[in-house]
Amino acid sequence: MDGLADEAARRLRSNPAAVAAVAVLCAIVVLTWLGPWISPNNSQTLDWLHIAARPGMQSSHWFGTDRLGRDLFMRTLAGTRVSIAIGLAASVISLLVGVSYGAIAGYIGGRTDHLMMRLIEILSGLPLIFFVIFLTVIFGRSEYLLFFAIGAVGWLTMARIVRGQTLSVRQREFIEAAIASGAGTGRIILRHVVPNVIGPVIVYATLTVPQIILFESFLSFLGLGIQEPGASLGTLIAEGAGEMEAAPWMLLVPGSFLAVLLLCLNIFGDGLRDALDVKDA
Amino acid sequence: MIRYFFTRLAGAIPTLLIIITATFFLMRAAPGGPFDQEQTLPPEIVANLQSAYGLDQPIWTQYGRYLKSLLHGDFGPSFKYKDFTVTELIGQGFPVTLQLGVIAMVLALSLGIPLGTFAALHHNSAADYATMSLAVVGIAIPSFVVLPFLGLLFGVYLHWLPVAGWEPGSLRHLALPVIALALPPLAYIARLTRGSMLEVLRSHFIRTAFAKGLPLHTVILRHALRPALMPVASYLVPAVASIMTGSLVVETIAGLPGIGRYLVQGALNRDYTLVLGMVIIYSTLLIGMGLLVDLLYAWLDPRVRH
Repeated sequence: MDGLADEAARRLRSNPAAVAAVAVLCAIVVLTWLGPWISPNNSQTLDWLHIAARPGMQSSHWFGTDRLGRDLFMRTLAGTRVSIAIGLAASVISLLVGVSYGAIAGYIGGRTDHLMMRLIEILSGLPLIFFVIFLTVIFGRSEYLLFFAIGAVGWLTMARIVRGQTLSVRQREFIEAAIASGAGTGRIILRHVVPNVIGPVIVYATLTVPQIILFESFLSFLGLGIQEPGASLGTLIAEGAGEMEAAPWMLLVPGSFLAVLLLCLNIFGDGLRDALDVKDA
Repeated sequence: MIRYFFTRLAGAIPTLLIIITATFFLMRAAPGGPFDQEQTLPPEIVANLQSAYGLDQPIWTQYGRYLKSLLHGDFGPSFKYKDFTVTELIGQGFPVTLQLGVIAMVLALSLGIPLGTFAALHHNSAADYATMSLAVVGIAIPSFVVLPFLGLLFGVYLHWLPVAGWEPGSLRHLALPVIALALPPLAYIARLTRGSMLEVLRSHFIRTAFAKGLPLHTVILRHALRPALMPVASYLVPAVASIMTGSLVVETIAGLPGIGRYLVQGALNRDYTLVLGMVIIYSTLLIGMGLLVDLLYAWLDPRVRH
């Protein structure tokens, strides 16, 4: 396993696009952390002297301000932080649900598998946006619900991939050996099946993060996600799109952040897929 | 084949019924109602409104009534847009949404497939890398970012195209929304086509076709394209779903009078019938697309004919 991981890391390092993507991602994460120390502003204070100010180095508002005089640099960083946090948290949820669901369905097989896969088929036949809209409408708009709603709909593909992998792992001799030595089903799934399907899982989880960030921004854009005075990249882009003609920086700054973030995560995920030589993610 | 198609068609009806039922009861389970306002109405007025729309009946009676009117092709009255029935609202907006979606889909297919084929034929060349890098950009960046950026560039700075708005029959107003909507599926289709085309080009029957001395375009069009399009066919349903979801925001940004806005607004307003109508339209479209894809499979690969 170690040899395999080293080999994958070496291949990843020899992929210049993936290396650049990781560097940019690190830079963005560090910037969102350090932001409050380098800028004299914060994301909530209204600066009445600089309403919808242009970006520039003359004032302390490097990226300009919005209609209420809030510093766009700090708001964008706050929004990026929220987007990344939701992306990671919801990916972990969909990872946990997807891996357990897929591994159980694939390992137990038979009628259980058939039923479980049928459910996935039905769910993935519908636009997921329906579910999330209903969930947010029924339970109100809260950030915690957002994590769950997005995580709860993101696991379908993961479950399918893990099931496929499990089906092939189940045939191998070491599973037979584990059964022969008296290991229980739960132990076999946890200790023998899951570690052997980890490659595709890592790759797909990496590609889930940008999908979830995109989905969260989409919901926030529609007004179903993060609420004022909080900010996510989606709400900032929605605000910016409304002020496009008068204050284009309000659109360009958060829009570019989101675009670069998603692009780098996708390139990194693709690089990881090539490095781990995974076919079906 | 025809029998298979009708079996599938019959199978779609229970699916649709489950979706309608789930939506109906989920909407009613949500707190609040369609007549909630800033200032509370006198109870008599609320009672009057409730009975006018049949909301005072037991929920099962309401459900039965709704299904019955659906069978007559009636989606019921809208709760929020007074004096409009849901059929009228959807009937007015749907042509716009449909036009937008169909043009975007056609664009995605008619550019995505040639681009993917082109990249596969020039495997590992600069052209291949360039196409695939563009595809990553297209997949990664969502339409609600692309559209305002395009609007800023072509509308505000260059004045070539209108930023937003709608005139019936005007393609200029549709241009930017269509491009924004088509870009993600276009990029994805290009990538899928390239991947499967690379595999098909390595197979024996392609080698035979070349060995017979057939020219490149004949080999591609007559022999390679059909099997290579299988993954694209399975992507069609998700593609339609992605275009539908995308049109929810694209219509809002571009100010198009389609039906996209009704789903979210209707859900927030507790406009029960409008949301149900939207869900029915969208699910029917998706299920219909699924049936179409099944037929397409049989045409693409004779081995799956039933």
